Amino acid sequence: MSPDKLAYMANQIGRFFVSQKSEDGVASIAEHLTKFWDPRMRRDFLAHLDEIALDPIVRQAAERLRKP
Amino acid sequence: MTMIEEIDYGTQAQSATRLVTLEVDGNPITVPEGTSIMRASMEAGIKIPKLCATDTLNSFGSCRMCLVEIEGRAGTPASCTTPVAPGMKVHTASDNVRRLRRGVMELYISDHPLDCLTCSANGNCELQDTAGEVGLRDVRYGQSGANHLDAPTDGSNPYFDFDASKCIVCSRCVRACEEVQGTFALTVEGRGFASKIAAGMNEPFLTSECVSCGACVQACPTATLMEKSVIELGQPEHSIVTTCAYCGVGCSFKAEMRGDRVVRMVPWKDGKANHGHSCVKGRFAWGYASHPDRILKPMVRAKTTDPWKEVSWDEAIGHVASEFKRIQAKAGKDAIGVITSSRCTNEETYLVQKLARAAFGNNNTDTCARVCHSPTGYGLGKTFGTSAGTQNFDSVEQADVIVVIGANPTDGHPVFASRMKKRLREGAKLIVIDPRRIDLVRTPHVEAAFHLPLRPGTNVAVMTSLAHVIVTENLIDADFVRERCELDAFSDWAAFVAEPRHSPEALESTTGVPADLLRGAARLYATGGNGAIYYGLGVTEHSQGSTTVMAIANLAMATGNIGREGVGVNPLRGQNNVQGSCDMGSFPHELPGYRHVSGDAVRSIYEREWGVPLSAEPGLRIPNMFDAAIDGSFLGLYVQGEDILQSDPDTHHVSKGLAAMECVVVHDLFLNETANYAHVFLPGSTFLEKDGTFTNAERRINMVRRVMAPKAGKADWETTMAISNAMGYPMNYTHPREIMAEIARTTPSFAGVTYERLGRESVQWPCNDANPDGSPIMHVEKFQRGLGHFVITEYVPTDEKVGPRFPLLLTTGRALSQYNVGAQTRRTANVVWHPEDMLEIHPQDAEDRGIRDGDWVRLASRAGDTSLRAVVTERVAPGVVYTTFHHPVTQANVITTDYSDWATNCPEYKVTAVQVAPSNGISQWQEDYRDLSENARRIEAAPAK
Repeated sequence: MSPDKLAYMANQIGRFFVSQKSEDGVASIAEHLTKFWDPRMRRDFLAHLDEIALDPIVRQAAERLRKP
Repeated sequence: MTMIEEIDYGTQAQSATRLVTLEVDGNPITVPEGTSIMRASMEAGIKIPKLCATDTLNSFGSCRMCLVEIEGRAGTPASCTTPVAPGMKVHTASDNVRRLRRGVMELYISDHPLDCLTCSANGNCELQDTAGEVGLRDVRYGQSGANHLDAPTDGSNPYFDFDASKCIVCSRCVRACEEVQGTFALTVEGRGFASKIAAGMNEPFLTSECVSCGACVQACPTATLMEKSVIELGQPEHSIVTTCAYCGVGCSFKAEMRGDRVVRMVPWKDGKANHGHSCVKGRFAWGYASHPDRILKPMVRAKTTDPWKEVSWDEAIGHVASEFKRIQAKAGKDAIGVITSSRCTNEETYLVQKLARAAFGNNNTDTCARVCHSPTGYGLGKTFGTSAGTQNFDSVEQADVIVVIGANPTDGHPVFASRMKKRLREGAKLIVIDPRRIDLVRTPHVEAAFHLPLRPGTNVAVMTSLAHVIVTENLIDADFVRERCELDAFSDWAAFVAEPRHSPEALESTTGVPADLLRGAARLYATGGNGAIYYGLGVTEHSQGSTTVMAIANLAMATGNIGREGVGVNPLRGQNNVQGSCDMGSFPHELPGYRHVSGDAVRSIYEREWGVPLSAEPGLRIPNMFDAAIDGSFLGLYVQGEDILQSDPDTHHVSKGLAAMECVVVHDLFLNETANYAHVFLPGSTFLEKDGTFTNAERRINMVRRVMAPKAGKADWETTMAISNAMGYPMNYTHPREIMAEIARTTPSFAGVTYERLGRESVQWPCNDANPDGSPIMHVEKFQRGLGHFVITEYVPTDEKVGPRFPLLLTTGRALSQYNVGAQTRRTANVVWHPEDMLEIHPQDAEDRGIRDGDWVRLASRAGDTSLRAVVTERVAPGVVYTTFHHPVTQANVITTDYSDWATNCPEYKVTAVQVAPSNGISQWQEDYRDLSENARRIEAAPAK
């Protein structure tokens, strides 16, 4: 799937969780991507991390997902 | 099978706890205080003759047929308007009242046609019955005097006639229109002998304000207002109670039959969702079930450019299984999926998601709720703990302040809207938050206290601003918050909303809502008594749809408007079984009962039940399916009862996705727009042709009962089973009750649900050991998740912005007479009210563009363009245009974009930047699509036998 579209969607998710004071934003974003994104979406997203524009908190969440 | 006879008690039941004992014709009877003598008598089994009384209407006392004698009282009072009193002794059949009644009846009949044998009401006429009850034997006045026997018949309405010559001016139709429907379209014109029933300003029914709900027809005691279908087919001979297959109200109807033909659909008085009321769709628009466009034979084709070829069921099912297996062998098990139908039954939906999970081995199942109420699932799940409305519909009768947000109940949920309007006429206050001035804002005897005409896309800003007023003006229900909610989250939320940047004044330029209006609305909701919120797709279909749902939940918790009658948060569901399709595990991340697929314990329940290992990974959501198809990783789709090409946003993208698939299976009543891209067509069955259940917007599980055999030979659940069996995963249910038994075995909120129970009465989930009688109201003592959770709702403006190229905002919605993509209602006479989609545009915007009312206009966005005709109206604000999406010739979704809700991918239908310009007819794209569509619908002639 289009890496830019996936990046756009991930940033949207990030903009919600970054404002949640009582939650660990990075963990919540990573959890949301895991719970709601089909594996091929996550795979395509993580495969293009170096090419796509992500908000800092979203990039942190993505890096967390990329770790084995 | 026989006709279901409903007892008419003449006047409405009373709810007083104090009881009164009286004597009727020597029989003691005890009834609630305030009960009429007529009703008390009927409850004792003594029927008093009546004409103007019926128990769905307030007592009127005009026909003088129900006169009785009461010991110790002078005269002969009307029993319908006289309440019972302790020790009262009533005589219903004394010589005196019998003589009086017969005399009155003589007068009626002296001005009534004596054509009983050829009358359409013959066998079901209250006037005829009453004449018999009073013993009328002759009419001394004859029929040669002044009369109305030549009064004309108004046949303008496509569904019923008004034969004025048979009218006895009992006013039941007028009162039904006022009290039940709340439209006030009918009146009694003239006085005395010249009195007559008139629609609107004494005009034909069709052109009057009449909304064709059928309440007047149902109330009429003669053949004056009569269904055309009864006039044509004769009186029905048996009836079966079932559930309407239109919107999420879930009205109960008696399908009144003659053989296997529906004569009419009559709303059932005992229906818990509708209490005997109906709308133009459920009452009359069922003709699509026998429309010649229905496809009754399976069809296949190798390429979508080929004509269809009719084949046997075995061949079609075999082809589906063979193609799906081929695709999985080539591209992996995740390369195929399903879309379940919110128009089909719970049992059918359950089977389709089971097909994906157990037979396909993946979680690629989604449902049309993706594009309507998926944010409700996320938002209410996060705040309250489950995805469902909190109230039953009856709760509105206890509401003091009704807030309608992004919904248009009079068009989308008309039967519930009538109940809402009734409560508003009784004095409840109304707040409407909507870019359009919907009918509820000002309608007969109803006027909104506040209408907040927000700019499309600013819902979150408005909700947070309402919260700002409630917090900063100290209108919080502190006790409720302390006892029922997470306090840390509340504190964070309260500090957030109290920030000055969220004040109505600070946000006025963003939302377009005058600050004083917003402050007034917030104060009214917080302090006006029971506050009940009802919302629709104007909330969910935004890039922040889920955030708005959570903002609504925040407001309800902060003001303590949760957990009792008259309050709550209530999503008005669009389709008949949206709630049920979500409950049944249609989403790609959830098993039935809203349990995430990653839960080992939950998966193990189904792995034991289904006998196969299940995937712990979420599957593709509908928009992601199209993306994956274009990428080549998703190649096969089984779509049951949805028309995703017409209903989903960004038509070009959807068609590109469908065209990229190798096997699209459409299972539907008609060759819909999606079928243009299909390789297999499996004929579906209507709600009249199968057993099952629907779950309405109040979580009520209603029985759907088969009234005729499936016209194509299979009910939809049988077709899904056949696919599964051909795929190698056995499904061998013999009746939907066995499917419901499996649902109850595996889903805790349905544990107490059985067909035997539903056959006695409907029930609202959760229905289990903890809630043995079901749950009319949720979160009564604690939230489903324990403590209510406040969520911070930062407003993030949509990226769909107006600019020089696209300076207007388009928002979309529905019309009363049409349903969803119109596949059903366009194939009924409902098209007389809405023959085409029109574009509403403000007079200023129209003037700026040289557009006049009725002109063709070109509507363009960055996604595409289409042409339709304009309606110049102040119903929309300057800068906003509006249209419906009922007609494929318009394809409004060619305009909408692929922006979607951050949490759920629910499309942002409600905000599209557009330009409108004069046009001279349909666009090139529309012409091309028409050609494609005609080509794609060709059916190869069957070989001669």
